[in-house]
Amino acid sequence: MSMQTDTAPAQMGEIQGRSLWADARTRFFRNKAAVAGLIVLILVSLFAIFGGYFAKFEPDYVDFSLMGAQAYRGVPSIETGHYFGVDIDGRDLYARTVQGTRISLLVGIVGAMVAVIVGTLYGALAGYVGGRTDGIMMRTVDILMSIPFMFVLILMLVIFGRSIFMLFLGIGLISWLSMARIARGQTLSIKNKEFVEAAVAIGVPRMTIILRHIVPNLLGIVIVYATLLVPEMIIFESFISYLGLGIQEPNTSLGALINGGTEQMNNGTLWMLFFPLFFFLITLFAFFFVGDGLRDALDPKDR
Amino acid sequence: MSIKMTLKASTAALLVLTGGMAYAQATHPVTGEALADVQEFTYRVLDEHSSTDPGLVEDVSGSEIIRDLFEGLMNQDADGNLVPGVATGYTVSDDKMTYTFSLRDDAKWSNGDPVTANDFVYAWRRAASPELASPYSWYMSLMSIENVDAVIGGEAPLEDLGVEATDDHTLVVHLSQPLPYFAQMVTHSTTFPVHQATVEAHGTEWTKPGNIVSNGAYVLTEHVPQERSVRERNPMYWDNDNTIIEKVTALVINDENNALTRFLAGELDRTEVPAGQFPRLQEEHPNEAISFPSLCSYYYMFNLRDGAPEALQDPRVRKALSLAINRDVIVDNVLAGGQTAAYTFTPGATASFTVPDVPTASMTQDERNAMAQELMAEAGYGPDNPLSTSIVYNTSDAHRSIAVAVSQMWKQTLGVEAELANMEWQTFLEARSNGDFQIARGGWCGDYNEASTFLDLMQSESGYNDSKFVSAEVDSLLAEAKTSDDPNPLYTRVEEIIDAEAPIAPIYHYANVYMMDENLVGSWPVQNVQQNWYSKDLYFTAN
Amino acid sequence: MYSYIVRRLAVAIPTILILIVLSFFLMYLAPGGPFNSERPIPPEVMANIEAKYGLDQPMWKQMLDYVTGVVFRFDFGPSFQYTDRTVNEVIAQGFPVTLTYGLWSALFAVVVGVALGVAAAIKHNTAVDYTAVGISIGAQALPNFVMAPILLLIFTLGLGWLPGGGWNGGQWNYVIMPVIALSTSYMASIARITRSSMLEVLNSNFIRTAKAKGLPMRRVILRHALKPTLLPVISYLGPAVVGMITGSVVVDIAFSTGGIGQFFVNSAFNRDYSVIMGITILVGVLTITFNLLVDILYAWIDPKIRY
Repeated sequence: MSMQTDTAPAQMGEIQGRSLWADARTRFFRNKAAVAGLIVLILVSLFAIFGGYFAKFEPDYVDFSLMGAQAYRGVPSIETGHYFGVDIDGRDLYARTVQGTRISLLVGIVGAMVAVIVGTLYGALAGYVGGRTDGIMMRTVDILMSIPFMFVLILMLVIFGRSIFMLFLGIGLISWLSMARIARGQTLSIKNKEFVEAAVAIGVPRMTIILRHIVPNLLGIVIVYATLLVPEMIIFESFISYLGLGIQEPNTSLGALINGGTEQMNNGTLWMLFFPLFFFLITLFAFFFVGDGLRDALDPKDR
Repeated sequence: MSIKMTLKASTAALLVLTGGMAYAQATHPVTGEALADVQEFTYRVLDEHSSTDPGLVEDVSGSEIIRDLFEGLMNQDADGNLVPGVATGYTVSDDKMTYTFSLRDDAKWSNGDPVTANDFVYAWRRAASPELASPYSWYMSLMSIENVDAVIGGEAPLEDLGVEATDDHTLVVHLSQPLPYFAQMVTHSTTFPVHQATVEAHGTEWTKPGNIVSNGAYVLTEHVPQERSVRERNPMYWDNDNTIIEKVTALVINDENNALTRFLAGELDRTEVPAGQFPRLQEEHPNEAISFPSLCSYYYMFNLRDGAPEALQDPRVRKALSLAINRDVIVDNVLAGGQTAAYTFTPGATASFTVPDVPTASMTQDERNAMAQELMAEAGYGPDNPLSTSIVYNTSDAHRSIAVAVSQMWKQTLGVEAELANMEWQTFLEARSNGDFQIARGGWCGDYNEASTFLDLMQSESGYNDSKFVSAEVDSLLAEAKTSDDPNPLYTRVEEIIDAEAPIAPIYHYANVYMMDENLVGSWPVQNVQQNWYSKDLYFTAN
Repeated sequence: MYSYIVRRLAVAIPTILILIVLSFFLMYLAPGGPFNSERPIPPEVMANIEAKYGLDQPMWKQMLDYVTGVVFRFDFGPSFQYTDRTVNEVIAQGFPVTLTYGLWSALFAVVVGVALGVAAAIKHNTAVDYTAVGISIGAQALPNFVMAPILLLIFTLGLGWLPGGGWNGGQWNYVIMPVIALSTSYMASIARITRSSMLEVLNSNFIRTAKAKGLPMRRVILRHALKPTLLPVISYLGPAVVGMITGSVVVDIAFSTGGIGQFFVNSAFNRDYSVIMGITILVGVLTITFNLLVDILYAWIDPKIRY
């Protein structure tokens, strides 16, 4: 994924500030797939935030009369109030899907934010300061990149016990590295621009220059990268859930729900797979389309 | 003998055998049932077995392989009764401290060497030796062999271990205390003989196919770690003529649903049924879905250590929590595989044990819930002062389903908030033995078929008493039972104390729930509650 | 160029050392030793076991022994879980399996992915484009732990064409489903990268010139457009190949192939320290190697890049 964004805009700074964003907006809204993706994203977010108000049951409430009889009585139905049926433990799948969507989005967005903030600052600093510092900082990134973090994350979750915090930490740790590289590359091309030189000339402190002048000019590429990172995070979390190392019960994520549904695939209760998978797929589709749309919109080369 | 020669020799023997038995092959020598042409058994195991070294093996799937490759002094039959193995029988001294086993003279190793009493002496000393550092040497000390603890600790030489060969076919064992079930214990794989020359020649590599020399009905011919292990008929085995299965393959399949798919596709003859799927499978495959009781209990333990949360120190709270668990829902709806609701720790399947009629067992669930609510109120917990606690369990779908169900039962009946925490097996064990929990899942399978294998866990000093339940009365009852002629009344009293004090909440007694080839089901030892099965006793009938 | 390779190798060595030390510390801090079992092991037996594996030594000594063993004798020590096996043997058994279907997956992903991406770019904004994009996004989003049982239901249970798992020495029919399950999401990524890269290249001046000169479209694509298009694909391949090897965890579990991923997860769960460290180091070395290979390939294809 890193590569697509590597080829992204180099000349952003050359275009006048305001018209860049206005242009981008126009271009983005001309892209039908991206707009559809955005609408889906808004709907999914609304579902995750407010869907719980329409649930007839708490997500952890077990209906014992339905346990073991899901295939006959736990089927999705408007009358029973189990719109999406019940899960293998007799819990309302609608309420659990709302909860799972919320957690998955949270994992994706927080994971991407950690990566973006850490990566951007690190990369901007390395790129702006340059010289020896840059060399050391980027060699460190190289070294960290060759550590198989998937394995390290599994180890961390196995050894220190799982928690949402550990998951964020692990996911964040893995993903800030390529962001740092991209941010550095961008910074290198910005730092010799007139407005930066002017700031240096009038004696603005180095940190202020980085935060006021460099980072805002990285915003375009950061947004693109972040949108493409979110679905990766969500996929990643689902993989961790498959290994049984994901979110703790009674909390859940789409990955955990899909995994639960997959196990029952043969057991005549396909809805347990279908509903969470549906939300998982449309969320990912939406992020992919929006991400692609944003990249096209913010990259003035690609007309 | 080189590998090539071994193979040639065994193929030759096989040819002779199949030629000679062409007529006999068609029917079973005892039951007269028609036999299938192909006698190959393939089954699924969850994980790679720990070892095929009898001295080191520590898991069930490894023991299953070792029972086929090696033969101990005694075997179990299909009902779990003792039958001769390498020993034709044994005598016990009057003080019950000395056992003398007489060994058959036609037992051979797979390379043709005779099996002698010295092989057992060597194997037992090896299993206890500090050098091997076997994680299962505790089993040797459980057997109460003279000086065993000093030998394990390295304070006494191996020769001091209380086992000796008075001649090639006589093995004498000296115990440090009378042990009524000692003879049962020599059916366990840790006590099986090993071939000294092979072990010394190959070191840790001796169990590899090609190196390994064994004395059981099968020899190990192939082992691909994490994928498969294959064992084939051993023509040197003394009872080879009566062995029917030619080849046994254990396939490692981590995912039980994948295993089920492969069973249905005909790749496996036996696999475990995932929790909750038994009713459907029984409906669709009535001849292949089977369930039978096993010698294991599933329970929740409360942490009674000093410094553990105050609430659980109150027997009323523990009792209320135990009462509020609707076992029928768990066995009928969550697991739905023929498990039985448990109100006592010891399973009813245990030999010569009558399940005592503890008060909780005879109540209806409504009565239990009412009583639980009363007890909680008495203990000072209610809607305005709800109890909150946590349940830890090791990662598994079935454990999760049960924990979810139990926490909801507590919430719906008693207003108790129970947090759930699952951990990986090793972390879980560590937390449990350090007392780092409030309520923890427990499971226990009998080491031998007698109630004390369960109830000894309630002994104050027991290393397995993770609740740290201390009761002088239980201790003296259990001590008395060791020498009593009729221990059942004593066991009943212990179960009553467990019911009243509730250091643990028994939930259910396990069942073995399998999908099994319908032509194999007939010879499977379903009555053997310890599930010590031997491939040499199995066979496939013709359709 | 050579000095560049030497410099990269010089970075690789401290990287591997850091990797070894890092995983050693993680293991050392872990609660729950490899020898815990449901029945507590008596202290004297535990002492015997720890002495056998040198775990009674001080921490720095254990680390030193381990690092020197790995570096000078290429010896990763014995497995704690499986007494009859060394880590070298575990790797020798599992790694060829993983490598076999990993490389097949890489090949499959590149060939199909590039074909799909090129087709979509040439037929930009037509039904072909939308189908290709749809397929690749779907394939990228569908988790392989969902795909694996679906494949099993279709090809093993339904049609009876392929065996449901195992490896069997790498016989072709055992390899197909693992390769499909492993490669689809990478195939999808490659298709998307190829498509956008190809679109960019087709818009560039030299292609416009070539087209204007009246060269046939096929020739333009194959002779001129494909090479620059593949540049981003190549730089994606380094992480992707490593991803296919580490991502084999799901495939190993779903198809019981006995590859390195399965060993890793089981060892992590069982605290088999030496196996975990051995595999981690192996994959780290692989990552470094593949990244280096990709960079060299990149430099070879793109003459603009100077080191």
